[in-house]
Amino acid sequence: MKLKKLAAVTTAAVMMATPVLADLMFPSLSYRTGPYAANGTPVADGFADYYTLLNQRDGGIGGVMTRVVECETGYSTEKGVECYEATKGDGALVYQPLSTGITYQLIPKVTADGVSLLTGGYGRTSAANGDVFSNVFNFPANYWNGASHAVNHVLDVNGGDISGKSIALVYHNSAYGKEPIRTLEELAAKHGFSLSLLPVDHPGQEQKSQWLQIRREKPDYVFMWGWGVMNQVAIQEASNIRFPMENFIGIWWSGSENDVAAAGDAANGYKALTFHNVGTNFPVFDDIQKYVVDAGLAAGDGSNVGTVLYNRGLYGAMLAAEAVKAAQAIHGVADITPAMMRDGLENLVVTDESMEAIGMKGFGPNFAVSCENHGGPGLGAVQQWDATAQSWNMISGFEPSDMDVIQPLIDADSAAYAAENNIPSQCN
Amino acid sequence: MLYREAGDFKTSYAKDSQTFPIKFDRWGYWVIMVIAFGVVPFIINDYWVSAVLLPFLIYAIAALGLNILSGYCGQISLGTGGFMAVGAYASYKLMTSFPEVPFFFHVIIAGLITAMVGLAFGLPSMRIKGFYLAVATLAAQFFLVWLFNKVGWFYNYSASGQISAPERTMLGYAVTGPYASASAKYLFCLVFVVLLAWIARNLTRGSFGRKWMAIRDMDIAAEIIGVNPLAAKLSAFAVSSFFVGISGALFFSVYLGAVEVGEAFGIQKSFLLLFMVIIGGLGSIFGSFAGAAFLVLMPVLLKNLLVGTLGWPTDLAVHFEFMIVGGLIVAFLIFEPHGLAQLWRLTKEKLRLWPFPH
Amino acid sequence: MPDQLLFAIEVTLNGLMAGVLYSLVALGFVLIFKASGVFNYAQGVMALFAAMTLVGIQKGQVPFSHLINSILGTDLHYFGWHIPALIAIVLTAGVMVLFAWIVERFVLKHLVNQPDIILFMATIGLTYFMEGFGDLMWGPDLKKLDVGLAQGGSLWIEEHTAFLGGDGFYGFFIDKLDIAATVVAALLVTALIMFSQYTKQGRAMRAVADDHQAALSVGISLRFIWVLVWSVAGFVALVAGIMWGAKSGVQFSLSLIALKALPVLMLGGFTSIPGAIVGGLIIGVGEKLFEFSVGPLIGGATENWFAYVLALLFLVFRPQGLFGEKIIERV
Repeated sequence: MKLKKLAAVTTAAVMMATPVLADLMFPSLSYRTGPYAANGTPVADGFADYYTLLNQRDGGIGGVMTRVVECETGYSTEKGVECYEATKGDGALVYQPLSTGITYQLIPKVTADGVSLLTGGYGRTSAANGDVFSNVFNFPANYWNGASHAVNHVLDVNGGDISGKSIALVYHNSAYGKEPIRTLEELAAKHGFSLSLLPVDHPGQEQKSQWLQIRREKPDYVFMWGWGVMNQVAIQEASNIRFPMENFIGIWWSGSENDVAAAGDAANGYKALTFHNVGTNFPVFDDIQKYVVDAGLAAGDGSNVGTVLYNRGLYGAMLAAEAVKAAQAIHGVADITPAMMRDGLENLVVTDESMEAIGMKGFGPNFAVSCENHGGPGLGAVQQWDATAQSWNMISGFEPSDMDVIQPLIDADSAAYAAENNIPSQCN
Repeated sequence: MLYREAGDFKTSYAKDSQTFPIKFDRWGYWVIMVIAFGVVPFIINDYWVSAVLLPFLIYAIAALGLNILSGYCGQISLGTGGFMAVGAYASYKLMTSFPEVPFFFHVIIAGLITAMVGLAFGLPSMRIKGFYLAVATLAAQFFLVWLFNKVGWFYNYSASGQISAPERTMLGYAVTGPYASASAKYLFCLVFVVLLAWIARNLTRGSFGRKWMAIRDMDIAAEIIGVNPLAAKLSAFAVSSFFVGISGALFFSVYLGAVEVGEAFGIQKSFLLLFMVIIGGLGSIFGSFAGAAFLVLMPVLLKNLLVGTLGWPTDLAVHFEFMIVGGLIVAFLIFEPHGLAQLWRLTKEKLRLWPFPH
Repeated sequence: MPDQLLFAIEVTLNGLMAGVLYSLVALGFVLIFKASGVFNYAQGVMALFAAMTLVGIQKGQVPFSHLINSILGTDLHYFGWHIPALIAIVLTAGVMVLFAWIVERFVLKHLVNQPDIILFMATIGLTYFMEGFGDLMWGPDLKKLDVGLAQGGSLWIEEHTAFLGGDGFYGFFIDKLDIAATVVAALLVTALIMFSQYTKQGRAMRAVADDHQAALSVGISLRFIWVLVWSVAGFVALVAGIMWGAKSGVQFSLSLIALKALPVLMLGGFTSIPGAIVGGLIIGVGEKLFEFSVGPLIGGATENWFAYVLALLFLVFRPQGLFGEKIIERV
């Protein structure tokens, strides 16, 4: 009986929680609590602030106001499902869950429900094949591009020849951390370097064994696929064994201010990949200061503005907003539906002109999405930490990855998924 | 007034030992059954099924299983998450290897496989007792998770090690995969819950249950009166793992659809289930349901109340959610130390006598 | 000496150091279990809360700032002072005493004479509460903990041991932080033993651990002892929080270090302080050596489960743990 009473109260609460308005709804499956809260908070802030800016400065997108509905997942897949079901009936246009686990779970669901999923820089890499994954987008770059960027950077540093070099991969022992292994193995065969794998179990507080092994084997380079506390400990341990920081390259999820904070000056020179620019040296940040922070509308306390993860949230929000504009142009309707949003994402073109128009010229790479290619060309850059200035600096432009190696892998993995789930070709 | 024994005469032993000795309870039971099978499937939507009912039903199965082991047989286990993973991966391998076999049997076989694994990890219980055993079962937890993460065969060598449930049907309706309707998923799990609760009830009040309880209360004394501790403990491990395996299979295939072993079946899950059993009430079928309901429904309810109705920032709401759930657990303990089930029993006692105080 | 052997020695040394860190966490469990029979699930969260409070006090953070700001619309974050580490540690210890008093006053007092499982469950409730409360008070962002402990490999040791091996051997790697942790742990254990052997309160604490009712009957205040024990455990949690937090920054994951203590407890016995130390060392060395020798063959990341398997093996031969009280059962 108790149960039914609870159920009744819940029903009432759910009923009240769902107002229906004519606006553009962007669900934000954020995590401001739990083990990864330190990273989730700035991303969620950046995401929310961009839409606040659009509403305050432009009156929404194409005259329709935007609305961000935050739902706390705590990085748990079960909460993620709850959040998805709670928001999907509310006109949600595109989901950006910022979690590989939740992404895997939502891939079949969004396709069935006709909503879109945008997983820039994470999620299922083979979703770049739009022929199979009709509603999933992972531009501008994915993990396999990332693996190739890291190798390309090492190639650049060594004048194009790294045969006989050794690279160690320190990775989070989960689906996320295992993503780059296949690509790196292929690249190792192609370029003749040797690859050793060092898994670190969640959460990664204790990594002495891994770093002692690195100290013994002395690899020339160390790549890292880490997240949360694992990053901070790894950078600390790397400095403890005096591994040269400029030979230590992290994926974009291992390259925020948080990750280098604990190690202090010792982290100087550490490198990380990125697919968007760093800092606040863009006109859009003046507007954020003026319309959002100074107006007291910032999602957080405003202290995160301009950090790497804040910029990433901002960038994701901007891509979705640009896709809305594309959808509005295609369909000639301002208040678009989730299905139109999908078309917008699929026909998104990011150019210097379009970025300049929103005050973000050079903030991210230029790319175009098509029906077959939901991942874009996979451009990425390298950033380096300067501990004296306490800032990340870009040390390369947005450069392409080795698609000759990656494309066959994407095709094979997506073909396996299509066969397993009987998915017909979408683009012909 | 309605809730009393007077006028409810028992004329046979069978009647005397029935599950619901009071007429009102029997009626209540049938009414709940009719509502659960006949009404709920027609009025629920995706949100209700995915956010509330499926997790409740699936956790209830696992809590039943753990309650058999910990509540009835007194062997505290923290390996539940690992055993759920066995069920999930077994069902995944079965689904992909034998697509022609009906999915219902996959779930059952996954449960049986988990029972085997549970037997193996139950062996140390011959020597180790109490909290020491609890920590020993953690070895199973960590080892199994590591194994499923490491050996490619278990996840069919997919690029990232995630497993995704393909679509499977039951009587022509999809029960797994994205196109499964809310009511099909709900009914499929409900059938398992009812079936397993019935098995659990009858096992625990039969000779098996009495042996388990004798072991729980004092194993040496039980041995002296002729209970074989080996058989009793191992059978508890096997039955418990069977339940947990089924819940793991349903958790993966019907509820989430895709899982990653470390995240979905990690140590947190083992603790969560133990909390459910303890808060619900050790050694009580009703307690398993009450505990699952409390820990599944409470956060959803609080979230909808704080964020949805009161419009709080999501992070503050979650912090308060934790504080309220924690505070409630402590408050419950102070008022009624033996779990929700005992609270329920006391309420019934009181109702029986109502409106007279004595 | 062949390099491989030197490496094994190096791994062993580092395993011992890691073991000390595990022991620090396990110690808090043992203290409370011994004195009150409570398996304190909240020990990990206490370490997190203590470390958060330390950083908060040091940096002059306004507690509950997010809550205050969102209710009152203010913009408070910092008081604007910076307190030296030592004073901040003392103040934090004070907060932990206050915490112990609150726990006793509002939770334990009401649960006297309840079975162990009930008390265990109460600490589960406490854990949930503290997880929410800690984040609410200090915010979930990553905090850098700086109490002036040295970090990084010790050059001196490296230089003076490098001659042992060939060109591939750089000398032993020992983290300065680990050395500091070992010294602190040694001091802490000595202080604890002195306290329990030579002070009145310490003897009362041991009496309570021995037999609640007998202790009560000779006039020892059970409630005072409980506050005392929880305060001491809170202080141990603070030390563990500092040692672990210095490495990784203070964040939610710090509460998960409790998991590292479980195999130590199981191996050393729940009721023995020397057991926690020796157990920690065995686990530390065992898991590091296994990862070093067998790990590469089976794919690595074996430490988590091997620690438990190792403890399990010990338990099969000694079901009460290495130093646990012998279990005597009568019918």
